[in-house]
Amino acid sequence: MGSRRFFSSLILTFALFSVSATSFAQHESSHEKDDMAPHNEDVAHGHGEKKKGFNASEVIFGHIGDSHYWHLFDLNDHPVSLSLPVIIYHPEKGMEFFSASRFEHGHASYNGYHLEHGMKEKIVSEDGAKIIDFSITKNVLSMLISVVLLLWIMTSVAKKYKKNGVMTAPTGFQNALEPVIGFIRDEVAKPNLGYKYMRYMPLLLTIFFFIWINNLLGLIPGGANFTGNIAVTGCLALISFLVMIFSGNKHFWGHLFNPPGVPLGVKFLLVPIEIISLFIKPVALMIRLFANILAGHIVILSVISMIFIFGALSEVAGWGFVPVSLAFSIFMFFLELLVAAIQAFIFTNLTAVFVGQAIEEAHHHDDAHAHHGEVRNEVTGQDYHVSKDEIVA
Amino acid sequence: MELLTPELGLFVWTLVAFLAVFFILRKFAWGPIMTALTERETGIAASIAAADRVRKEMSQMQSENEKLMMQAREESSAMLKEAKETRDRIVAEAKDLAKIEANKIIADAQLQIQQQKMAAITEVKNEIGKLAVDVAEKVLRTQLSTADAQNHYASLLAEEVKLN
Repeated sequence: MGSRRFFSSLILTFALFSVSATSFAQHESSHEKDDMAPHNEDVAHGHGEKKKGFNASEVIFGHIGDSHYWHLFDLNDHPVSLSLPVIIYHPEKGMEFFSASRFEHGHASYNGYHLEHGMKEKIVSEDGAKIIDFSITKNVLSMLISVVLLLWIMTSVAKKYKKNGVMTAPTGFQNALEPVIGFIRDEVAKPNLGYKYMRYMPLLLTIFFFIWINNLLGLIPGGANFTGNIAVTGCLALISFLVMIFSGNKHFWGHLFNPPGVPLGVKFLLVPIEIISLFIKPVALMIRLFANILAGHIVILSVISMIFIFGALSEVAGWGFVPVSLAFSIFMFFLELLVAAIQAFIFTNLTAVFVGQAIEEAHHHDDAHAHHGEVRNEVTGQDYHVSKDEIVA
Repeated sequence: MELLTPELGLFVWTLVAFLAVFFILRKFAWGPIMTALTERETGIAASIAAADRVRKEMSQMQSENEKLMMQAREESSAMLKEAKETRDRIVAEAKDLAKIEANKIIADAQLQIQQQKMAAITEVKNEIGKLAVDVAEKVLRTQLSTADAQNHYASLLAEEVKLN
């Protein structure tokens, strides 16, 4: 576990400090002028100018951002992509439904809307109304695919249990999933949630597999950057936050708003801190998953982009950099495969930890100790943790 | 910063999809899978407990068997010993009895021999007496065949009978 955490933190630091430090900063500074950055304008202007040089940050941000097209590849300077359905809610005009192909990749406006390419692709209403975009974007479509996959895999596995009976050895995908489900139950749910763990198992399993499968789908070349989108991680974090809030018991709220055994003066300091920490928990969940997956995507794309950056300098340098870039990106892919599972696990585990804190029973010390196999030496007051075959002071 | 501002559309879609997945899977996947896993685990635990119990019983039975075997061995050796003793005793008794019997027979035989010897001796004595009487008769007959001899012997006898 230690090495995995190390790797994920390594990639995070690497991504955030080296890559984004350059490309991000570039973008932000250019954006802060409240003007289109030069390279972004290139996109709006068309392909003729753009092809002069390779713009890595444009490619990278094009990939990690959401889009109303599923871009597959460029053929003769023309993008080959699936146009996805656009659904817009206009406060006056109501719901609008049409294909993104009407925008012709931002060259045309349709029905009073046009596509704007900032750092993100965005539909803007020309009458300046605040519209809400419910389009089936690339991310939404990717998520729907993952949903179909999840439902199909999990229900077929569940059917297998019914068909083959309980006491037969698991086969096929059932065999692959069972240890994962067992791991979530034994390493995540039971230690954090205690005897009430069964109530939260469906939530934890859904969170874990939803994040994991979307992380993996995002790793497929051409895939969407779904879990590296802050709206997605925010939504998931909100769900786990709501679960935590609604399962909080009297003990939890009591300790939050009226910590026992604390002087009144300190209470004024402590309660706000406690309330802030309550809200920091889901925010940390949101940012952790978002940053990890986003960083992974950025690193892989950056490494691939290096081939073309060097290629733009000279063809020899471009070809010369291919093995280095490939080796590094293969390494990164493997790392991302790990990170995909680890981040799903961490999100699930922290959800379990937070919910566990919320449903923790009041401490009746003797009872609690008896429950956990802890024994208190009456003479010395020393706590011993007694497991099966060892005693740890 | 645009990267950090969530889009409401994607947020709503995610929420809807996640909740749908959650409720569908809870009913059709997680429920059955978790119950199956729990059932299997309790089943396995029960079988292990049963196996353990059987093993304990087996070892208990084994020790009992061993005890029984030991007892049987002890019993058999005791029986053997007893049998040996009995045999020895019987043999000794038989020997004693035989000796007594033999002695009795010998004594009887000796008595009979003695008696027969005595009878034989008596007969021999009788025979000898008769023979002697016969011889004496014949001698007397020849000596006293004449009248003179008879007279002479009568006068001899008469002489011996002296009337005091």
